[in-house]
Amino acid sequence: MAQAQAQETSTPSKMGAYLVANFREYGLLLALIAVMLFFHIVTDGTLLRPVNITNLLLQNSYIIIMALGMLIVIVSGHIDLSVGSVMGFIGALAAYLIVSLDMSMWVAVPICILFGGLIGAAQGYWVAYWGIPSFIVTLAGMLVFRGLSLWLLDGQSLGPFPREFQVIANGFVADPFPAGIGERLAALFDVSRLNVLALGTGIVAAVLILWMGMRRRAQDLAYGVEVEPTIFFIARNAIIVTAVVFICYKLSTFRGLPNVLLTMGVLTLIYAFLTESTILGRRVYALGGNEKAATLSGVKTKRLTFLAFTNMGALAAVAGLVFAARLNSATPKAGFALELDVIAAVFIGGASMSGGVGKIVGAVVGAFLMGVLNNGMSIMGIGIDYQQMIKGLVLLAAVIFDVYNKSKQ
Amino acid sequence: MPSKSPPLLEMKDITKTFPGVKALNQVNLQVQEGEIHALVGENGAGKSTLMKVLSGVYPSGTYDGEIHYDGSLAEFSSIADSEEKGVIIIHQELALVPLLSIAENLFLGNEIAARGIVNWRETMRRSEDLLKKVGLSEAPTTIVEKLGVGKQQLVEIAKALSKKVRLLILDEPTAALSEADSQALLDLMLELKTQGVTQIIISHKLNEVRRVADTVTVIRDGATVSTMTSHIEDISEDRIVRDMVGRDMAHRYPERARKSGETLMSVSSWNVWHPEHADRQVIRDVNFNVRRGEVVGVAGLMGSGRTELAMSLFGRSYGQNISGEVEIGGQRVDVSSVPRAIAAGLAYVTEDRKTLGLVLDESIQMNITLSNLEAVSANAILNSKEEAKVANTYRSALNIRTPSVRQRVVNLSGGNQQKVVLSKWLFAEPDILILDEPTRGIDVGAKYEIYGIINDLSAQDKGVVMISSEMPELLGMCDRIYVMNEGAFVGELTAEEASQERIMSLIVTH
Repeated sequence: MAQAQAQETSTPSKMGAYLVANFREYGLLLALIAVMLFFHIVTDGTLLRPVNITNLLLQNSYIIIMALGMLIVIVSGHIDLSVGSVMGFIGALAAYLIVSLDMSMWVAVPICILFGGLIGAAQGYWVAYWGIPSFIVTLAGMLVFRGLSLWLLDGQSLGPFPREFQVIANGFVADPFPAGIGERLAALFDVSRLNVLALGTGIVAAVLILWMGMRRRAQDLAYGVEVEPTIFFIARNAIIVTAVVFICYKLSTFRGLPNVLLTMGVLTLIYAFLTESTILGRRVYALGGNEKAATLSGVKTKRLTFLAFTNMGALAAVAGLVFAARLNSATPKAGFALELDVIAAVFIGGASMSGGVGKIVGAVVGAFLMGVLNNGMSIMGIGIDYQQMIKGLVLLAAVIFDVYNKSKQ
Repeated sequence: MPSKSPPLLEMKDITKTFPGVKALNQVNLQVQEGEIHALVGENGAGKSTLMKVLSGVYPSGTYDGEIHYDGSLAEFSSIADSEEKGVIIIHQELALVPLLSIAENLFLGNEIAARGIVNWRETMRRSEDLLKKVGLSEAPTTIVEKLGVGKQQLVEIAKALSKKVRLLILDEPTAALSEADSQALLDLMLELKTQGVTQIIISHKLNEVRRVADTVTVIRDGATVSTMTSHIEDISEDRIVRDMVGRDMAHRYPERARKSGETLMSVSSWNVWHPEHADRQVIRDVNFNVRRGEVVGVAGLMGSGRTELAMSLFGRSYGQNISGEVEIGGQRVDVSSVPRAIAAGLAYVTEDRKTLGLVLDESIQMNITLSNLEAVSANAILNSKEEAKVANTYRSALNIRTPSVRQRVVNLSGGNQQKVVLSKWLFAEPDILILDEPTRGIDVGAKYEIYGIINDLSAQDKGVVMISSEMPELLGMCDRIYVMNEGAFVGELTAEEASQERIMSLIVTH
């Protein structure tokens, strides 16, 4: 009798304990959904219109791309304040090469990415091998590269880019399926048109997410690792899968998959894999968690730090190209103060200032959360003054929530 | 004995639960006015939790049971609350601000001031008085950072005295102190006792407990096991150990078949200079060797250069201008970086597992595989199944007590953390393990297990270098002992020759 009672009470309390321990991850997901629903309602459905979803993705693509690199830098225990300037500078470089020198974009783009990597390496060198605080080195970099883009552009905007370059940001992936299928599906869903590739990608992605989640769960169960309660597992996956399919469906009724979404998606997958499943990723977490212990365990911590910054530079270059292509010109103000949005996204996504903690998926969701806030408030016509204040408070709240949560455990 | 008078402190049926764990289960503790009361028990037994309950870190209401202090029911809601009543706790990790002066530290938060303006003359005068009481001759303006750990400990006590302490709690006060500093501290405790300060000392060092304590209370698994009073009975170390671990410990050191094979590693003419002061030589012309299956001890006082020797050998992790040769298996090897040293077959288990040995916020599994990730991966991609398998193998082989290998290391007790560090290095499959204070800060039961692991290594023909400040441990475990002093090896003793006296005389005559 007593035992039965104990069992009865233990299940909800176990679920509660699990929720407390993992509240951060659920909280982030719930916050994103809540914010989206809120803006969906107050903007009379504008937020989730296909054209706006497409816009939302384009507007935030460069932040997300840089957040991937920033997460690694922050997990390794550092910070990079220069990414906004580097991004702007690479955009300027691209314009100079393509517009002024009339260079082919197939040559110019690799040069730009390489240059970004070199910039990152130059900063990483001082941080890794000389032990100069990254805050200082990249603060200097922020000023230097802001100045360099002004110098390169002579204080003017430079453009326009050729059509093929603009496609990087503004293009859409062509639908390889015969038009007949799309038309028939469009009729079925009662919409004017439907991009089969976009819808198909959404469904395939959803199936993959489910399959991987279930496989991992089965593995954990086999190893006797505590797994999340079934209800949470189902609820979480249902939400994610619905969201993925929903967004892809919306995109498919507009112009299909933006090229940028593809770039972003592929990069996110690569970096998620890199950080979670490779030796390199594991060592980055060890480096950020305890640099001395990692060094004494045979991890080449200096080289790893150097690589983290090099990678950040290359990703800032990619973001710079996307940004320039989207604006169809390079401006001296491009990327101004953007590093703060990137860093905020990573911290909202659950990374820790002291290093060793944080996930790629968290950073991406964090960036989306900021993006939806920006977009939603803009649609509502809220002034930039209030927008800044609200974003600042959201960042503070997210980190306070983290710290509070940790202290409770 | 006038034990008829009511005790200064009585903790009755204290029960404290954390989610999922009952840390204290109806613990009782009685401390008489004016005595030194020792609280002993294995790590994780609940001593520190009990003291946190007493000092208000866990405020009244978060635990069950009653605390009677100085004749009335005490319900402390914070540390400030308990300090006001004269209950002061000095933690293992010292709470001094290193860049402030002694005087500033002594009155930190309790400044002698009028309307917010500090009265420095009075502060200095009172500081001098307090320092005299604890036997420190330093000027009150000395920056705390410049003092050794032993003297810092004394400053902590002076700080406690400045607050009109009645019950002083010392949590492992000698853990980081040298022999001489420890003796000075124990003398001070006895001196304070004559001045009427009641004290509770938490310690692992049973000889110290026997020296100063009037009463010993043993705690095991969150419950009081026994209380011994020196006036009534003889407090024997064996009895304390038996109560602590709950079983008889006839042999503190497990038996091992002594053997020594061919020479496995030899180090010659090893010289190291200080990393910041290039003119200071830290290691002077050290030569030594380790044979297969041998456990070689390195004895010496704190600061004699033992850790510096080990770390400079292990990938030049300490010092500069390092010269000398290392041969392993007859071949000269390159140990100039940690990855190279590991590749050459070396492993170094640090004395400071929290800052140098473990990534505390990560899982047990992740820590165990960190030095040999290649072995649990293919093409640089980790195989999480394999990783879990490896971690679970070591978990059962070394008896790491945890519900899961995905548990974060920070949640483990000291002994179990040390086993995780050992697992990491065993998994790296070295030929020679340098163990730096492998049993520091861990309880008797776990110590015994670690000795067993060392013996297993010897049985597998590996070479073990064991650095330890506990001479009985070296004498109990080693085949040979090198004695180190001021950066040089000053003697070598076989197990038969070695004794505490001979080691000490080698140190002092050089």
